[in-house]
Amino acid sequence: MPAPTQLFFPLIRNCELSRIYGTACYCHHRHLCCSSPYLAQSRLRCTPPPAYATFCRPKEGWWQHTQGRRYASTPQKFYLTPPQVNSILKANEYSFKVPEFDGKNVSSVLGFDSNQLPANAPIEDRRSAATCLQTRGMLLGVFDGHAGCACSQAVSERLFYYIAVSLLPHETLLEIENAVESGRALLPILQWHKHPNDYFSKEASKLYFNSLRTYWQELIDLNTGESTDIDVKEALINAFKRLDSDISLEAQVGDPNSFLNYLVLRVAFSGATACVAHVDGVDLHVANTGDSRAMLGVQEEDGSWSAVTLSNDHNAQNERELERLKLEHPKNEAKSVVKQDRLLGLLMPFRAFGDVKFKWSIDLQKRVIESGPDQLNDNEYTKFIPPNYYTPPYLTAEPEVTYHRLRPQDKFLVLATDGLWETMHRQDVVRIVGEYLTGMHHQQPIAVGGYKVTLGQMHGLLTERRAKMSSVFEDQNAATHLIRHAVGNNEFGTVDHERLSKMLSLPEELARMYRDDITIIVVQFNSHVVGAYQNQD
Amino acid sequence: MFFRLLSAVRRQRPGRGWRNWSSGRSGASAAEAHSVTLPTQAQVVICGGGIMGTSVAYHLSKMGWKDIVLLEQGRLAAGSTRFCAGILSTARHLTIEQKMADYSNKLYHQLEQETGIQTGYIRTGSVFLAQTQDRLISLKRINSRLNVIGIPSEIISPKKVAELHPLLNVHDLVGAMHVPEDAVVSSADVALALASAASQNGVQIYDRTSVLHVMVKKGQVSGVETDKGQIECQYFVNCAGQWAYELGLSNEEPVSIPLHACEHFYLLTRPLETPLQSNTPTIVDADGRIYIRNWQGGLLSGGFEKNPKPIFTEGKNQLEIQNLQEDWDHFEPLLSSLLRRMPDLETLEILKLVNCPETFTPDMRCIMGESPSVRGYFVLAGMNSAGLSFGGGAGRYLAEWMVHGYPSENIWELDLKRFGALQSSRTFLRHRVMEVMPLLYDLKVPRWDFQTGRQLRTSPLYDRLDAQGARWMEKHGFERPKYFVPPDKDLLALEQSKTFYKPDWFEIVESEVKCCKEAVCVIDMSSFTKFEITSTGDQALEVLQYLFSNDLDVPVGHIVHTGMLNQGGGYENDCSVARLSKRSFFMISPTDQQVHCWAWLKKHMPEDSNLLLEDVTWKYTALNLIGPRAVDVLSELSYAPMTPDHFPSLFCKEMSVGYANGIRVMSMTHTGEPGFMLYIPIEYALHVYNEVMSVGQKYGIRNAGYYALRSLRIEKFFAFWGQDLNTLTTPLECGRESRVKLEKGMDFIGRDALLQQKQNGVYKRLTMFILDDHDTDLDLWPWWGEPIYRNGQYAGKTTSSAYSYTLERHVCLGFVHNFSEDTGEEQVVTADFINRGEYEIDIAGHRFQAKAKLYPVTSLFTHKRRKEDVELSDLHGK
Repeated sequence: MPAPTQLFFPLIRNCELSRIYGTACYCHHRHLCCSSPYLAQSRLRCTPPPAYATFCRPKEGWWQHTQGRRYASTPQKFYLTPPQVNSILKANEYSFKVPEFDGKNVSSVLGFDSNQLPANAPIEDRRSAATCLQTRGMLLGVFDGHAGCACSQAVSERLFYYIAVSLLPHETLLEIENAVESGRALLPILQWHKHPNDYFSKEASKLYFNSLRTYWQELIDLNTGESTDIDVKEALINAFKRLDSDISLEAQVGDPNSFLNYLVLRVAFSGATACVAHVDGVDLHVANTGDSRAMLGVQEEDGSWSAVTLSNDHNAQNERELERLKLEHPKNEAKSVVKQDRLLGLLMPFRAFGDVKFKWSIDLQKRVIESGPDQLNDNEYTKFIPPNYYTPPYLTAEPEVTYHRLRPQDKFLVLATDGLWETMHRQDVVRIVGEYLTGMHHQQPIAVGGYKVTLGQMHGLLTERRAKMSSVFEDQNAATHLIRHAVGNNEFGTVDHERLSKMLSLPEELARMYRDDITIIVVQFNSHVVGAYQNQD
Repeated sequence: MFFRLLSAVRRQRPGRGWRNWSSGRSGASAAEAHSVTLPTQAQVVICGGGIMGTSVAYHLSKMGWKDIVLLEQGRLAAGSTRFCAGILSTARHLTIEQKMADYSNKLYHQLEQETGIQTGYIRTGSVFLAQTQDRLISLKRINSRLNVIGIPSEIISPKKVAELHPLLNVHDLVGAMHVPEDAVVSSADVALALASAASQNGVQIYDRTSVLHVMVKKGQVSGVETDKGQIECQYFVNCAGQWAYELGLSNEEPVSIPLHACEHFYLLTRPLETPLQSNTPTIVDADGRIYIRNWQGGLLSGGFEKNPKPIFTEGKNQLEIQNLQEDWDHFEPLLSSLLRRMPDLETLEILKLVNCPETFTPDMRCIMGESPSVRGYFVLAGMNSAGLSFGGGAGRYLAEWMVHGYPSENIWELDLKRFGALQSSRTFLRHRVMEVMPLLYDLKVPRWDFQTGRQLRTSPLYDRLDAQGARWMEKHGFERPKYFVPPDKDLLALEQSKTFYKPDWFEIVESEVKCCKEAVCVIDMSSFTKFEITSTGDQALEVLQYLFSNDLDVPVGHIVHTGMLNQGGGYENDCSVARLSKRSFFMISPTDQQVHCWAWLKKHMPEDSNLLLEDVTWKYTALNLIGPRAVDVLSELSYAPMTPDHFPSLFCKEMSVGYANGIRVMSMTHTGEPGFMLYIPIEYALHVYNEVMSVGQKYGIRNAGYYALRSLRIEKFFAFWGQDLNTLTTPLECGRESRVKLEKGMDFIGRDALLQQKQNGVYKRLTMFILDDHDTDLDLWPWWGEPIYRNGQYAGKTTSSAYSYTLERHVCLGFVHNFSEDTGEEQVVTADFINRGEYEIDIAGHRFQAKAKLYPVTSLFTHKRRKEDVELSDLHGK
């Protein structure tokens, strides 16, 4: 996966070196970077300041190779204690359990665990989860930002509203519009399930609301009164595209408030991928834009776990995406449109929100930047026009939607940004989560059956099981458990505390060289409910 | 299948006596069941064909009631009864429970002979192991109580334990208790035998018939709606076990029966190579949380784990308890414990792990009695895993209750009316039973408080008091302060403070008591039950005169201490009534009387729209100002003279305290100390409290709790209802003749009984005992329930006890009986009889000398008293 980049070194010189290498480890790490045969893929290459948007990613051999020197240059060992490690890993964890009513849980979703571990400072990943209140179903999504977190933040706040509105029947839209019109209280559309650290921008809420309202007004106007069935797939695609066009439009129009004006431009000039799942009964839709991934955990009859991928990565590894890009642009661009596995040699994901640099015409870009605030003008990155930029747009936010009908053997869904998938194979991810969840909730019960088991044998077996359980119980959250493995796994596939401690104690500026932001949502399905649905049909 | 092995239903049933048994004799087909038609009416309908339902039916029919229908939703004896481990044990903590178990034991013993149905009854005896000294103390306490009610038992050494059971590891034991007459029996067969006997007596039994709900007309049971039609009836008995809660709620007028099921596991093994003798005793290793009995050549062992699994919270119903999932991981600690106790079992082969839900109640005692809201609706359920042991006795008491109107023993501790609506929350029950189930095998120490389901009812001052170091206990859901920990003082952690000896709060309570005696203290007593009775005419007075034994026709503003008696002259309630106006009365009763007293009043009050009874418990915060300086604090706050001349004792006046108006001030305390009760409308509570505390500062005011109160009232021989007094205690038996006005010019409930008793003399007498040779620091403390010996003969049991800081001695209250040395019959107890005896109190097997007193130590009363206050000493002169 890692691409050899001869470009890296010159680039790094452009950066504010003092900011990256202002630490005591300067020499050592420079050496480290230079000697590295591979340098990591940054999502978006060619990003001058902020400097830490540029990164390198070490290979494993390299890690061992440099260890000796590392100790030499930093005599004091700063190992984190297990509680310290836990407090870092658990800082962003969140769990939601679908409440039971009258002792009955009618939702096909039992609940979800989510967590994120930053590598960038501030983290560029975002996550969202919400229950649709006016329609059935639950929305869950992970968003991987690049060139800052503005776009991923905006998408994480806004996308679910667009989806929910797209799913609403005509009458409900009318009702909402009338309520707004007459200043009455609005029907709540979404119930968010947020970690305290997941914030919403207060300043932009009015602006975002107006854009959303325009959208539903158009939906009301467009309604011909014929089809009452709302197609989830279509709704998802419309919502994605509409939000992206609103982001683009807001940046073009600007805002009289200078803070907001700068904000909408930052949103438009940064980018974000999105992977969103909509679960309603047994109907699971995954809408994906970019290279985050949705993976279904399936438990086979023999108890083993297998992974079913429900999304396609939109990047150079995907033949169909390469094909699409080539078809969308003239033949003479065939070589330049994707270079070194990147869009126009720059961008790793082939689909994304924002990133107007890859969408707007050069004229438009220049016009907006010139009329924009000074901060924008001073920004090298925004001014920079991609090479071979002939026939924009090169980038779209249109998602690819996958439908899956849930079966009782489908136990959970993992949504995660590429930070996870880079470090772990999907099969391992599903196995680790699967074993964790069954260990906690329905560890394979022991039954004596017709076998001859003595009390002593049983006792030995149970003691062993309990010892195993206690290690699993360290994490109350499947996503945390997964991150622990992703960051701390050694060659044997078990968590190595020493490694974990080292990875987590990296200085802020260096963390991004060793890992990407990781954001994970693990959605657990209720097999009983899913089974009941199946029997109904 | 397991239940076949456990002989749930024996096929070789005798041919005789099944004429009233309809349907499903041995798994009848559904078609057959449908063809049966239910009778349209009956006197009694019993729901539940487990051991409780069949026992009630059996006893009712024995007592002559014949028109009885018993309905079972599945098959007879197929619920918890079928899965019961079959251990009958009489070693219980409460005397009433010991008596029930003892009766059950005797009943089951002769049941096979009576009915011809094999019950598998084997008198194995049981051995209760003690791994710690504290456990041994607990066993010794039970042992001394068992002995005095005629159940043989003894404390034995570990060596003797090894002789009784060949497989036991006894190295870690400090002792044990052996109860040789305990037994094992097949509970399903007992239930079938009881059903068979009942059936021969005319009880009609229908299985596969579900009760949907009970029909109620005008607060009285009128019939039962089943899935096979309606039955009109006068009485309904809910013996639905773990479904009793749901069934109670299914009524239009719901009946709250607080109980909840938990999964319970036990292990069955294949036979041992050399099977144990069939009479090998049952082992209870409470410290190891397990019980072990001999079972078909192998063993049956289960326990009560620390982390129980509550089940059916959402009220899932099902016909019979399915064989629930075995959970070996959950059983692991108990298995470890078993292998530690019997190491040789390592090689023994497992047959099965049985999961059988058991039902638990919020206070670990079973539930019986009549619903306070629906007349004729009786309940017997919530056996806390002792259904087999209690089945016979509990069924008998309930049958007596239905037939005679009251049971032959005091069962207040088990009465459904001890609970209120507040215990009917599913969440509360779920949380509480998780605490109760482990408690079955936890060490039961004095003054233990439940930790779950707390802070439900609180006074408005709760936070203020808590911030000042209050430690809390709960009564009827209400938080009450025990004592106040001074800021610089550290008490032991909860677990460590479990002791049978001198507790760590001793000095704290001492200083509170001292302050009550010398200065002034505030006790928040808001938990008291408070009723107001008003009428437009004289109805209120008339009704109260009939219900209460004292004369309530007193001038307005006077307070009367009085009992509310039953026909037998026993206390249904002991309360204080203030006459607020000619036509309205304010009644203060113990906290746990809220439901019972309300039901009693409702039952006896005429349906008169002019008569209004209101529960105002929640409206008033009650503060007790105790101590000689209380009068100073109050007069300073009200600018009114509070001296006895202006405000005589036992007087009630509405006045202002601080800025707050309309405070009911009563010149009485519940301890015999000088002081006042303030009944404050709750919105003024904080204000009045703050004022009292700030003005009281110069008089040395401080907070005090119920432990100080308890010490003060017991040293002054003040009996409390629910602890010392009960429905079988008359005023004459506790020296309260002066609170009874036999000649008040009209009849009142219990008058005839009292007249008769006055003539014949009493058969027991509440007596105060002062322990003589008891070392407070080193000896075990008395609690309650300790046997009293008079001249070496058992004479009764204590009902409560406390350390008197004034006398510097322990004081116990208890009833002295006069058992004939020859026949054991009860004889008249005279003052002379009491005074002439030499007394000993048995605390966990150790007897302490005690001085008996019929009247309080007069030197304790230092303040000026009105005549009525001296009532106890009045008797002395007569």
